[in-house]
Amino acid sequence: MSEEKQPVKSITTPTRLVYQWAATGTQAAFLNRIARGELIGQRCPECRNVYCPHSGNCPRCGVATTETVDVQDRGTIITFCIVRVPSENIDLKLPYCAANILLDGSDMPFTALLDECEPADVRAGMRVEAVWRPKEEWSNTFENIRYFRPTGEPDVPVEKLGAWV
Amino acid sequence: MSDAPHSYVTEHVVAYDYRRSVGPVLGRFFTALRDDKQILGTRAPGGRVLVPPVEADPESGEGLGTDDLVEVGPGGRVATWAWVNEPREQHPLRRPFGWALIQLDGATSGFLHAVDAGEESRMHSGMRVRPRWRSERVGEIQDIECFEPEDAA
Repeated sequence: MSEEKQPVKSITTPTRLVYQWAATGTQAAFLNRIARGELIGQRCPECRNVYCPHSGNCPRCGVATTETVDVQDRGTIITFCIVRVPSENIDLKLPYCAANILLDGSDMPFTALLDECEPADVRAGMRVEAVWRPKEEWSNTFENIRYFRPTGEPDVPVEKLGAWV
Repeated sequence: MSDAPHSYVTEHVVAYDYRRSVGPVLGRFFTALRDDKQILGTRAPGGRVLVPPVEADPESGEGLGTDDLVEVGPGGRVATWAWVNEPREQHPLRRPFGWALIQLDGATSGFLHAVDAGEESRMHSGMRVRPRWRSERVGEIQDIECFEPEDAA
């Protein structure tokens, strides 16, 4: 027994879940294609929206997506976040920009890293393109794209971003 | 290369250290484990003694506090048990063991802990067990490494 010890006020309960994620058939098709440097999406048969990356169903209509379409590796920034706080497991130099990008040919933005651009210069409507890793490093993973960078094209006017802003 | 379905599986880990404050009653329980190798319970109306101690009577909701704490055990009897043949990573023991509800001496409720009985055939309801204390105690339930049969060498 120790006189100096403080009474116990809290306990730490570690929670840890290890699980395996298995790609569905349509997700596997996406991974097969990205290994060749190509992006594909799937179109909803009802609302005609294209999703990339796709989950195999339309989140709006709740129906399976079956039609596969090509999606470009360039697009438009919808929203973005300049990250200035470090986070465990994210090994990026601060500050960095996480951008919500609407790829040409897709109707659903997704989040990707933006680089080769000062944080103060990022804006909604900015045109960006994928910077791919060297071809010999490609595998079946989204990490084949290192990041996106500005193309230098004129911005898309914010009013033309429609419902996204 | 074709678009034919191809099996992709990756392993993901979600891990989170959750820190919770224990309050006055469980605070005393964990402090007693750490400093005095004592197990505390709560004396509740009707002659019940509940382990671990509680801040409210689970039957009536009536408030109970640090004045109602009593020492129990350290030995007790296995009430019910389940044998674990293949311990998992976060189980308290690396070899087969039993999870048991242990009725500690002086308590009326079961206290869940591991019993290091060596083999399943030694486990039985009513068996006497005693705690095996960790040498470096920090104020958590693992300060009791496990319980072991009282007739163990």
